[in-house]
Formats: sequence, structure tokens, C-alpha cells
Amino acid sequence: MDQNHIRNFCIVAHIDHGKSTLADRIIEKTGLLTDREMQEQVLDNMDIERERGITIKAQTVRTIYKAKDGQEYVFNLIDTPGHVDFNYEVSRSLAACDGAILVVDAAQGIEAQTLANVYLALDHDLEVFPVINKIDLPSAEPQRVIDEIEDVIGIEAQDAPLISAKNGIGIEDVLERIVERIPAPKGNPDAPLKALIFDSLYDSYRGVIIFCRLMDGRVSKGTHIKMMATGATAEVVEVGTFGAGQFIPGDELSAGMVGYITASIKNVRDTAVGDTVTDDDNPCAEALPGYKKVQSMVYCGMYPADGAKYPDLRDALEKLQLNDASLNYEPETSVALGFGFRCGFLGLLHLEIVQERLEREYNLDLVTTAPGVIYHIWKTNGEMVELTNPTNMPDPSEIDYMEEPIVAAEIMLTSEYLGAIMGLCQERRGRQTGMEYIEANRVLLKYDLPLNEIIYDFFDALKSRSRGYASFDYELKGYEKSSLVKLDILINREEVDALSFIVHADSAYERGRKMCEKLKDEIPRHLFEIPIQAAVGGKIIARETVKAMRKDVLAKCYGGDITRKKKLLEKQKEGKKRMRQIGNVEIPQKAFMSVLKLDSE
Amino acid sequence: MISFYIHFPFCIKKCDYCDFLSFPASDEVREEYVDALCREISLYSDISGKNGDNTVSTVFFGGGTPSLLTTEQLDKIMSLLNAGFLVSKDAEISLECNPGTLDLNKLKDIKKLGINRLSIGLQSAVDSELKTLGRIHDFNRFNLTYSDARKAGFDNINIDIMSAIPGQDIESYKRTLTEIVNADPEHISAYSLIIEEGTKFHDLFDCDTNVIAGKNLPSEDDEREMYHMTRCVLGEAGYHRYEISNYAREDYECRHNNVYWTGGEYIGVGLGASSYFCGYRYKNLSDMSEYLSAYGKEKGILSQFGPNPDDLIKDVRLHEEVGLLSVKDKMEEYMYLGLRRTDGVSIRRFTEKFGADIDSIYGPVLEKLIKDGLMIKNGDMFKLTDYGIDVSNVVLSNFLLD
Repeated sequence: MDQNHIRNFCIVAHIDHGKSTLADRIIEKTGLLTDREMQEQVLDNMDIERERGITIKAQTVRTIYKAKDGQEYVFNLIDTPGHVDFNYEVSRSLAACDGAILVVDAAQGIEAQTLANVYLALDHDLEVFPVINKIDLPSAEPQRVIDEIEDVIGIEAQDAPLISAKNGIGIEDVLERIVERIPAPKGNPDAPLKALIFDSLYDSYRGVIIFCRLMDGRVSKGTHIKMMATGATAEVVEVGTFGAGQFIPGDELSAGMVGYITASIKNVRDTAVGDTVTDDDNPCAEALPGYKKVQSMVYCGMYPADGAKYPDLRDALEKLQLNDASLNYEPETSVALGFGFRCGFLGLLHLEIVQERLEREYNLDLVTTAPGVIYHIWKTNGEMVELTNPTNMPDPSEIDYMEEPIVAAEIMLTSEYLGAIMGLCQERRGRQTGMEYIEANRVLLKYDLPLNEIIYDFFDALKSRSRGYASFDYELKGYEKSSLVKLDILINREEVDALSFIVHADSAYERGRKMCEKLKDEIPRHLFEIPIQAAVGGKIIARETVKAMRKDVLAKCYGGDITRKKKLLEKQKEGKKRMRQIGNVEIPQKAFMSVLKLDSE
Repeated sequence: MISFYIHFPFCIKKCDYCDFLSFPASDEVREEYVDALCREISLYSDISGKNGDNTVSTVFFGGGTPSLLTTEQLDKIMSLLNAGFLVSKDAEISLECNPGTLDLNKLKDIKKLGINRLSIGLQSAVDSELKTLGRIHDFNRFNLTYSDARKAGFDNINIDIMSAIPGQDIESYKRTLTEIVNADPEHISAYSLIIEEGTKFHDLFDCDTNVIAGKNLPSEDDEREMYHMTRCVLGEAGYHRYEISNYAREDYECRHNNVYWTGGEYIGVGLGASSYFCGYRYKNLSDMSEYLSAYGKEKGILSQFGPNPDDLIKDVRLHEEVGLLSVKDKMEEYMYLGLRRTDGVSIRRFTEKFGADIDSIYGPVLEKLIKDGLMIKNGDMFKLTDYGIDVSNVVLSNFLLD
């Protein structure tokens, strides 16, 4: 295939600035899809993505564009995940491209993710050209946004196409600009095979489908391929390109092309994102740069609400993992919750998505414990332990010191909320590392923040304190020494392991108090008094009491309406079923997640 | 033996706490309703005639305010019952009434019709509380009705009273208790107010402050004290509690209510009325126009029912929530209804009824409840303790089987 007529690119944008809508328009205008095939947002095909309006798995599509110069061009549009949890996937998708379209909302201007994504694209030496979207909004100020792009990002923007992806305005401009501005690939088709894996998908019939960009060489049916980082080898069964929502088999993929490979591979773990595919019989000298093993950042316990569903949960996790190499899990046992799994995620969004899919697609009722991060515990004997479950914290006497993960965060906001947001970061033990005025009333705040302070509800707090006018992005910076303690909760004098969590020593008292208050509201009255206590290292730091039930209603029996009476009793009994028995106390399942919402008041 | 519950869903004005199926209506609608009611009764008399035992032992006119039925309407219903069934000579025939809806003459007339028990909805002897509840009468009006009832010869009267009324306190409740004891009825029903969804009280209720329309609901502790005071004061005055909320002089327990608690069958007629008949529990439709169109026309479509009562019971034009009780259902009911009675449930009768030992079904539950001080075993009987009565819903829900 003639590389001069290939354009490999992606679209980068802040969430809701119109990335998926522009992608839809490009696909539509290039005419490979009939109207009938055109789904609302073609690229986002998972239900959850559709509902949340974000892209989770990178999707890619090949379309044919007949340009004004009369020639046909192959566009490979590689969609990138739109959330900080999936930063690494974003970077690998970008590495598969030669250029990027930067979409900026004509009313909102540059936001935190705009910056993060555009810098990431520039880091990969992509040619970036801007597009101003939503110009038909009454509040649109295209010129202001153009100036902002030039000032802040420093890329030429005066001739940026002014478009409305939603209403199909200016799309032609964008298509022509892709041909002009995105460089053609420059690989060597005769060199040994070197292809970048930017995603993979598990299909129960074909095994793993590798999504890749060929840098050099060729691949076709029968090629013996090797994944250079994982070492897995396989014989290619099929290669092809991406239609919208379908795979189009082809004879060969060659340098510069984007497509897929199937080779009866059984496990997505063999085809890690970022790995290099080469020809096992004629390997390339070195792998592409940038591969890293994906690490979970956030952990939590997941338990079936009904203990008998444990095998179902295990099967569901197994199936999800086939498609999601960044999901980790291992069995664990909790005294309070029985058999379950400790699961690792890229971030809180990833956790929520997995939880939702388990509940929705696999029809499981889950109890999730408070999410935590990975702590480093340096023991007095010099050994370092990675702690993912608070219950496994060694005895304090064995601990020399502890470290927690820190992220570098960038928050973009209008200056009127500066005080409120700085206050929030302060409360979350943030350390300011920078502040820039981007415009007279727009500020970029930089903070180092402990990851465990932002995984619960930082987003929500940020949104409410800035009335939605702040945006946020972060990346892992490293580990720092910190004064951390394990906070235990005792219900009716019994420690409930599933409620323990790690907290900074300074906020232990506050958190313990809030936790007790919250649990007091969540736990129904019993026939006896129930003390709820928070403890650090065996010392009680907070206490609340659930009073004993005194009486319940003496209802009139409605003219012999026994059915109504029975329904009342059934409700009473049903309520009991959704409880976990800890000693003599019945705890509603949602109480285990209440720790998540301590700051919502 | 047959028991009848006859529902009359009309009232002068709906009370603010009332969750019963009741509403005001014109004389014409009432008349039309009584006609429909009569057709429903005759439908049952047809079936009962074909099925043997047709002795009626209790009748209960409930509402709404059935004392709004005219003497002629009551006469019509009673005549129909007497014609279609064998109304036992000592049958208990109760009528619910509200103070101010009956005068001495009418009381005398209905006594002649065979109605021999009155249940008067007093609720409180304190006028401000009656006003809060949205009742149409004051305490004085009650006294008149009550003395008229005595003059008319009623020697079996129940009075309903209520605790936990907004604005009520221990002192004012005590006043109600004292007044009621002075009145010296044969039977007293003492309930606590429950704020039900769909009532005006529910709309007005502020659950953060526990206030309804500017009036505080009694605190939980006060409410409990009121409840215990009821038992104490009424007990001293010679009333014994035979059911969670019901007190009576000796031999004056409400026989109709006992039918409910002891698993007896009864036929409910009228809008939304519940029945337990031929092993089925079911309810009449509760939409007035549906009810009237089912029974309001000529009996034509209804005469198609043969001797098999299942056809009538299962007819979706007439009934909803129809369910044939299984042995399991019956065991559950035996327990959670029977335990409402203070003398409890008999172990021997359980075995007779179900051919199974009570311990084989409820052994662990009973053991735990006894251990927790919620129940006791006394010879052949299991019963709730005072504390078990306090939290009866929790206790009784344990008897639902999986």
C-alpha cells in the first residue's frame, strides 16, 4: 500500500468538547457508512461508555476520503480513551499516530485534559492542528479560544477550522486539513516486521484480536509473530482493517498501515498494550520504545452479596479480564464478608466501570469495600512490603516507616474559585507546586497530592466547590514517606475487617468520628444497644451508639386485610436479608461503602 | 360458620391521618353502592346455599363511617343476610360509628334490626387533639352519642382510642384513659397513630423535627410510656388485654376480630374488602366505578357462576390478589396472627392442624426468641412477652418461612 495516501491520526480533547461527535462526522462524510449503519456515536460501542459519554477502550476505524486533489486517502482514526485512569493506553494510541486533531470547545476554551492530552501528543512528536468546535453556541468565543491556544500551548491556531460537529458545520475543512497537515507514515515495508500494539480485544471465536500500527515490514496469514516484551509467539490466522464496528479481512498489512491480527491467542495478557510485534523468523533489532507493564493504582475488595455467588463472581472476573489486561484480582477472605476478591484497578473510574459491568452484564449483587492505594511498608528488618489490603498491615512494632503514592495534579479553574479549590487541596494534604494565570481570570494550579486523598471523592468535591468550573488531571509522581495509621472499626466490640482503612495520622480522629456517625445512621436499631467505635492501634478514638429498638408500630388490622399485614412482615424480613451478620449485629451491605461518602455533607 | 365484613367506604369528611378506603359521596352514590353491595351478598348466598353450612356467626360493618347508612339501607342489608343465610341467634353484629352521626331514634331502630354491638371512634377525649386529627366531633358530642347508645339498649360497646397524636403528651393521654374508663364500655381498642403514605399527615410530617402542622409528635420514650400506661390503667379498671391492641371486659372480646387472629374464614363484601373464603385470600377491586359496574347492573352476568366457588373467587372482574393458601402459608398465619393474641398459640393445635410438630418447623426460631426474652412458653402455649409485644413486627417476621 502506498504510504503517501495514508493518514494515521487521533483526536484529542477535554471531555465533552466533542471528540466523539467529530469522529462520527468524519466517518459519515468519508462515506464508508450508510446512514443505516451510522449509530449515534459509532466509536463508543460499550453501553457504559455510551451512558457516561466517555471512551474507555480505544477504538479505531479506517475510512476512505476522496480529497479535493482528486486522490483517495486512507484515514485511520484511532480513538483514545478519555480519562486520566487510562493515561498509558492514551500514550500508546498516540504513539500509533502521526498526527492529532486538537478539539477545543469554543465556549469553554482550554481545560485541564486539553493540556494534558496535547502535551502528551507533542511528546510523541505528533503534528497537532487545532479545531474550534461548537461555534454555533450562543456563548462561543472562537477568537478568544484561538488566542488562548496560541498563548498557552504555543501552536499556530489562527487558521483553525471553526466547526460545529453536532450540526455538521465545517467538517470538509477538517478533512482537507487532515490530508494537508498530518504527515504520511514513513516506514520501510522491506525491513523486518515491527508493529505497535495499541489495544487488543478478546473474541470467543477468534481469540485475541491485536490492534496494531505497522512501523516497518509486513504481516500476513502464516507469519510467525512474536510479542517482544511478553515473549509470546503465534502463527497469524488473519489480518485486516477496521470498518466501523466490523473487521474487514485483508491479505496483508504493511508499513504505515493500521489494522488487526488474529493468531488464536488465548490471553490478552500475552498481547500487552505497548508491546512490539515482530516476525519470529526475521525479528527486528530492537523493540519500539515506551512499553511498560500496567500497574494497578487502586485496590478494593469485591464480595458477592450472596455468598453462594462466589463462583459466579470468579467466572465474571475471569471473563472481564480476557478483555481488560489492566484488571487484577486475587482471592481473599474477610471475616465480615466471607469469600471474595481483592481487585486492582487503574483508578477509581476503572473500578466503577468494572463494578458496573459486573452488576449489569453479569447480574451480580456486590459488596465493595473502601478503595485504597498501594502503600510501601518498610519493615525494621529492611524488607519492603506492598500493602494493598489494610487487613494485612504488619504489627506497628515491625514497621520502620511507610510510604504513600503521590500524584502531580493540574487543576484548571476560573479565578473566583481559586480560594475554595486551594482550600480543598490543602485539606487533602496537597502541596502547591505552581500557579499560572492563563488569562485574566483563568488559572492553572499545580499540586502534589497523595493519591489516597483523591481516590474517594476529590472529583465530586472539586466539582461542587467550583460549581463545575474546574477541571482536573493527574499523573503518578512517586512514593513519599508519610505518617500513616490503620483505622479499625469495632461494631458491638468486634473488629470488622472489611471496614478498616489506612489514613494519615492527622486525619485519623476526624475520619474515625465521621465513620462512626455514618455507621450509626446506616445500622438499623436492634433489640440491644450497639456501640460503634473507631480505633487506632487498639486505642478507641471515637464512639457512637445505636440505641436499642424500643417499640414498633401497633397498626390497626385493616378489616381483615391479612395480606397487607404479611407484606409488612415480609418487608421486615427482606430488609434483614440484605444485611451482613457480624456477631449479633446485622449490618446493611451499603454500610461497607459508606466510608466513600464521608465528605459528602 | 360464616363471618361477614361489610365495607361502607363513605364518610362525612376524611380525617387527616386516615389511610382507610373512604371518602365523602352524595346520597345517590351511596344508594347505588348499597344496591351493588346487596347484589354481592346475594351472590355469596347462592353459593353458600349450594355448599352446605350457611350459618352466620359474626357480622362487622366497617368503614368509612357505616353509621351513615340510613336505617332503610341497613334494613335492606340485614334482611338480605337473614334471607340468604342462617344468621345465628347469638351472632355478634357490630357497626362502626362516629360520634354525631346517630341520634337516639336511629340507634333504637338499628338495634331492632339485630345490630347488637357498637364500635365508636372516639380517638381522644381532648378536643384540641380531635381537631388536630381532623375529626368532625368533640368530646361532648361523643358523650351524647354514647349515652344515647346506652339508652337505646346497646350493652356491648367498643371505644377506639389513639396514642401518639401530634400535640399529645402523657398527661393528656392519661385524661383520655381516665374519661374512657369512666364511660365504662365493654371493649376498648387502643392503637398508636401511624403516619401512612398518602395521608394529609404524611404530607405535613417533617421527619427531621418530628412535627406535624406545628405540633410535636410524642417522643419515642413518651409513646412507649403511653402504651404501657394503657395496659396499666385499663388493667386496673378490669379490662384485660387479649390482643396486642384490644382490651375487653370478661366475655366481651370481639368475636369477629378473633376470627381474623385464629385463622377463621370470612367473607368481605364491598369496595376493596378482603376475604378469606374456601381457602383463598383475595380482595375486592378498590376502584368505585369498577366495583359498581361489576355489581351495579342486573345480576345477569353474575348468575353464570355455578356451585364451584373457585370460579367466583378467581374472576378478575371482581377480585384481585387472589391466592390459595398453601400449608406453609397457613402455618405462617397461624403463628403471626395467633401470636397477636395474648394467650398465644397452642402447640397441640398446631400439630392437630398441620400434622407436624411445631418444633420441626419453628424450633430454632422459637428457641432464639425465647432466649432473647421476646417469647415465653407456658404449658401448651407459646406467647409474646411484653417486650415481644413492643417489637412485635420484628418478632412476627421471624415466622415467615423461606
